[in-house]
Amino acid sequence: MKQPPEPDHLPYKIVIGLEVHVQLATRTKLFCRCNTQFGAPPNTQTCPVCIGLPGALPVMNDEAFRLSLQTALALNCQIPPSTKWDRKQYYYPDLPKGYQISQYDLPLSHDGFLEIHDSQQRFESKRVRIRRAHLEEDAGKSIHDERSGTADSRIDLNRTGTPLLEIVSEPDMSSALEARTFLDELKLVLVYQGVSDCNMQEGSLRVDANINLHIRDRETWIPTPIVEVKNMNSFRAVERALEFEADRQFDVWQETGQRLGDAPKQTRGWDDQAEVTRPQRGKEESSDYRYFPDPDLVPVNVSPQQLDQIRRQLGPIPAVLREQLQTQWGLGAYDADVLVNQGPRLVQYFTQLAEACGDAKEASNWVQQDVMRRLKEQQTEIDAFPVSAATLAELIRMKQAGQLDRSRAREVFQHMCDHLQSPQQAMTALGIQQVDTAELSALCRSLLDKNPAIVADVKAGKQQAIGSLVGQAKKQNPNVNPAQVKEICLQLIAEMS
Amino acid sequence: MSLIDLTATELQSQLALGHITAVEVTGAFWAQIERLNEQVGAFLATRRDMALEAAERIDLQRAKGAAVGPLAGIPVALKDLICTQGERTTCASRMLASFVPPYDATVVERLRSADAILIGKTNLDEFAMGGSTESSALGVTRNPWDLECVPGGSSGGAAACLAARMVPLSVGTDTGGSIRQPAAFCGVTGLKPTYGRVSRYGLIAFASSLDQIGPMARSAEDVALLLEVLAGHDARDSTSAAVPVPRYTECLRQPLSGLRIGVPRAHFADGLDPEVAAAVQEGLRVYRDQGAEIREIELPHGRYGIAAYYVIAPSEASSNLARYDGVHYGYRTDEAALLAEWREESRRLMDAGDTSALQQSDNPLVRMYRRTRAEGFGPEVKRRIMLGTYALSAGYYDAYYLKAQKVRRLIRQDYDRAFEQVDLILGPVTPGPAFRAGEKASDPLSMYLVDLFTVGANLAGIPAISVPCGFTSRGLPVGLHLQAPPLEESRLLRAAYMYQQTTDWHTRKPSLA
Amino acid sequence: MSLTRQDVEKVALLARLRLAPSEVDTMTRQLSQIVDYVQLLSELNTDDVQPLAHAIEVTNVFAADQPLDSLSREEALSNAPHTDDEYYLVPPVLGS
Repeated sequence: MKQPPEPDHLPYKIVIGLEVHVQLATRTKLFCRCNTQFGAPPNTQTCPVCIGLPGALPVMNDEAFRLSLQTALALNCQIPPSTKWDRKQYYYPDLPKGYQISQYDLPLSHDGFLEIHDSQQRFESKRVRIRRAHLEEDAGKSIHDERSGTADSRIDLNRTGTPLLEIVSEPDMSSALEARTFLDELKLVLVYQGVSDCNMQEGSLRVDANINLHIRDRETWIPTPIVEVKNMNSFRAVERALEFEADRQFDVWQETGQRLGDAPKQTRGWDDQAEVTRPQRGKEESSDYRYFPDPDLVPVNVSPQQLDQIRRQLGPIPAVLREQLQTQWGLGAYDADVLVNQGPRLVQYFTQLAEACGDAKEASNWVQQDVMRRLKEQQTEIDAFPVSAATLAELIRMKQAGQLDRSRAREVFQHMCDHLQSPQQAMTALGIQQVDTAELSALCRSLLDKNPAIVADVKAGKQQAIGSLVGQAKKQNPNVNPAQVKEICLQLIAEMS
Repeated sequence: MSLIDLTATELQSQLALGHITAVEVTGAFWAQIERLNEQVGAFLATRRDMALEAAERIDLQRAKGAAVGPLAGIPVALKDLICTQGERTTCASRMLASFVPPYDATVVERLRSADAILIGKTNLDEFAMGGSTESSALGVTRNPWDLECVPGGSSGGAAACLAARMVPLSVGTDTGGSIRQPAAFCGVTGLKPTYGRVSRYGLIAFASSLDQIGPMARSAEDVALLLEVLAGHDARDSTSAAVPVPRYTECLRQPLSGLRIGVPRAHFADGLDPEVAAAVQEGLRVYRDQGAEIREIELPHGRYGIAAYYVIAPSEASSNLARYDGVHYGYRTDEAALLAEWREESRRLMDAGDTSALQQSDNPLVRMYRRTRAEGFGPEVKRRIMLGTYALSAGYYDAYYLKAQKVRRLIRQDYDRAFEQVDLILGPVTPGPAFRAGEKASDPLSMYLVDLFTVGANLAGIPAISVPCGFTSRGLPVGLHLQAPPLEESRLLRAAYMYQQTTDWHTRKPSLA
Repeated sequence: MSLTRQDVEKVALLARLRLAPSEVDTMTRQLSQIVDYVQLLSELNTDDVQPLAHAIEVTNVFAADQPLDSLSREEALSNAPHTDDEYYLVPPVLGS
């Protein structure tokens, strides 16, 4: 990863704001009851309302509105008591009514924030302000003849009318990495709330970025023209596009000296293959959207009671959860981060495990090293994980009681996963038996007798020499607990003197 | 007396008694349509076979003693901007000349389940924009009282087919007076319900916040019968009023005692045709004789109604009509011609080395839009789209649309105050009787001013009715306008019924019928 | 006149209408006349007036998130001027 240079050494500051469109996880569209399922054959999920047939009228999906409020609250937004929908008018073949139903001057939420931090401390933690989050309908899909540009464009309206939450940040990010981190954190918030599947490949999360530079000019800063960057298909692409764009804009500044206002706002598209941004052909429109309140829809009032109710049902907030994992379970910041980033159900698994085994640090190690590795190998989710938190806790307790060492416990864990067995069953299957203390003492005594040189070393203070005895003990009886062997041997040596 | 002279209410009871059959009724009206539609041009499309089949079905059902709907066997005409599944719905526009909706409007569903015989689709001003039906791109409708005159509009066909006895019931729509004005011009009774009373689902929008579907007939009694079927809450229309619908036909005969009628002085000011004024004053006398108290009232913002209306309606229209772009349905320009034109122009500019003009020139898609809309819409529709686009464009919104919406509230408040003192407001429907075809065609503003007395009810969302109240010396009908507070359709109907019990203007018949 | 030919041409592009030169003249004259008439509204002081968007002031109208049948593709495309039986077709958007 490209390390951003120290800001003080740069001749400019980077200023980035993001616009994120999120498809909400409703069953039906925002204003009609067509399915929203992704991947249906073209033009099979439409009706008079979403095709914009003459005479058809929109009716708002209650779940879409509820999910919007939930997200807005999770993003610490203000919710005004009343909101309304407006028509944003432009002509495009995938917009069948000639307008998009959106929100203009009374969005359902505004003035929120999202905290971002970097566990590797590459930037200072900051609060990125959310300007607004509003609910609107998606457009359909146009498939253009990119090669020759002369064949007809094809239009699929299945996506038309899918509910979208548009989340607009203030230009509070000052590096590509901060933008990337904002997106990761935002996605995490959305996933924790269960409001969207956030699948970028299927277009359920889309990002546009506004970026410009503030050039240092002695005591002041000169803003350069703002560029909107589109067509970024992954968070990685966003990061790379913004890195590229900042460098490019500095080159342009040095060449032209153009300031904000000298040139109109430009739209550029990211070419992932070539790793460059290129100017996009404008939509032909001088962006006079002629917004006005949609007369087919009525305003929505939100009561404090309704907000309280949604607040009560709010899913966990990642930032709050990280804090809890540190204060309530004593995890380090890094561990808390890793767990929370895995999503709400893995965190739940962890807390259940920590509670049951009584050792959060141990639980965190098991989850991060063993459970997560297994999930990755098997490409599955924690919901489908074969070993419950309670069962894994049993195993951990046995290890803690000295019945197993770490590596044997891992073998048992593998076996439990592979064969859906309890720790006891797995141990039996693996031929692991518990070694009787008397038996163990006898074994240790015989080893000491056979190794006077080691006994001498230990007596001389070289405690690590005992390791060799542990190895021998394991060779004779694979079920012995190394820690116990060590302990008993030391005790016996001490008794000798 | 011929069947076609009976009112729907009379037909309903004759049918119920088994004195006549639905097939006879449908056949009689069909014969009148055949006889007169060529002259009058009320219908754009008729459906004889389907109507007769439906009538047979109803007769059969009735013969079996099965229950039938309230409009069983009664022919009803639909203004051709109300969607009918599988049947063309054109808005009298070239743009939708071959549009076949895959769904029924809510009112059509309601009419079907009331067992009405849907006999045809009536002509209108293109997209309901106009007051004479002259802007129809698909046909000319004449006034049955004088074929030289317009039937009014935009529901001109809907009113003319009633006057000519081609149907007993007709469904119109009213955005600024489009039911009441043609009703007045054609001597029939037409009611614009409270905004939200009748579902707009399936009504092809002109101005969404003003449009309302309403019943038209030859008597208040028939209007009540039809309204009872049309009205009611619809979950598919977010602006539909979730309130119960009274049984209009049952309360109709209750007289209104202690009726207080308000008369806005301004409605009788200069510019009102003296014969119209006399007929309306005569109507007022009828109410006074029946014991009503007449009070002069003020609607102080009434004079701003037309201005507010001609901002709001075109603005909404410009947006509602954006969907007619030749992509998903409706007319599309000749693509081969458009591509040829584009290539030719591009080559010419390229040869001239005029790169800036080349960049400015419309791409094929934009050309497709502009040609399609230029060819698909007529001049009045284009004028209103232009006006509305201008009013909503950057820098003008506050001065026009927002301002008009504020004036709209002032107008509504005028009505609210007036209705604290009176039960109904009475006046003329129009400043003059039906005018001659072509008379106002070249002067849009003079055409707009015809809506002077009617737009108020649309802006305020209140119900209003037009009732025949006399004739000019040239034999053209005059309409009496009654307006009531929101959801008080029953009050209007009772008042109109009272009036029609003592007058016979509504029973007069043009000589051609 | 309150509108210029340039205004009218700009609005015609926004509205996706193509006007012949003679239509631009007529439109400029007629729209100016109407706009002048509409100026009547500016007589009124409406500073403290809330705009009225709906005659009946209803709020909070929702539908439940329950799927209903969509149109078949055949029905959906049945009115389209140009399709390939799968998609709506339009002239190239890029037009290069």
